Amino acid sequence: MGLKRNVGLMTALRYKGQGPFLTYILHRIGGLGMAVFISVHLLASFVSGPGGRLINNIYQNWVFQIVIFFCVLFHAINGLRITILDLFPRLISYHRQAITVEWVVFAAVYGFAVFTIIRTGLGG
Amino acid sequence: MATKSRNLSIAKRGLMSFETIMWVFTRLSALGMYALILFGIIGALVMGARNNMNFADVMRWGFMPNVTHVENTDLPDTTPWASPLWKLTASALLIIAVGHGVHGLVVIADDYIATAKGRQVVRIFSGIMILSMIGIGLYLIWTS
Repeated sequence: MGLKRNVGLMTALRYKGQGPFLTYILHRIGGLGMAVFISVHLLASFVSGPGGRLINNIYQNWVFQIVIFFCVLFHAINGLRITILDLFPRLISYHRQAITVEWVVFAAVYGFAVFTIIRTGLGG
Repeated sequence: MATKSRNLSIAKRGLMSFETIMWVFTRLSALGMYALILFGIIGALVMGARNNMNFADVMRWGFMPNVTHVENTDLPDTTPWASPLWKLTASALLIIAVGHGVHGLVVIADDYIATAKGRQVVRIFSGIMILSMIGIGLYLIWTS
């Protein structure tokens, strides 16, 4: 049986899942981003040659680093929240507060990472 | 009166199913990766990262402690960064990350592929991906 959805695209986009849904979807985007990045990075390093070097040079560009750091750091920090709440289910009633703490930690770590990446990228 | 779930055996609760085991594996492998990343960051600081690398470079090393990830830094000598200890750490991180990541891809794929045959294809493909990524990754780590 094929997959059927009875929800239109516009309805889906208006879904008010709020904070928990945002972290859920960003966790998936971050995970998929890392999976694609790491797979291509491994293959590019393995194949080497001009094509492999071109791909790895793109990866080392500071603009790309900002994107991949978002994927990695958000996935890691959000994953830590999920793991803590799953291993200590009594904390689940505080999941919204946990998401707030998560965003604060992410903003601090990612903000500092982006600052150093841009400063290095611009030759500072 | 209905039987309370807490009185059911582990087998009847389905706690030994493959999906449940992988649910636990996903959480525990995440903890394992955090430990290895922390080990890598502490190791980088011990080996002189404080004076020769920026924060982003240290994070990059922490997420995969392979010597090629510190070649563009100001480190005067990268020999200690290519020691067997770091190759073993990178290998452990690679194997855990590939298992964690490929299973995550299967979970996402299952949300969009509902047919039994389609899911079977996804699982065969995921097995091939796990073996090839670990093989290529270990080759790169131990030859760099």
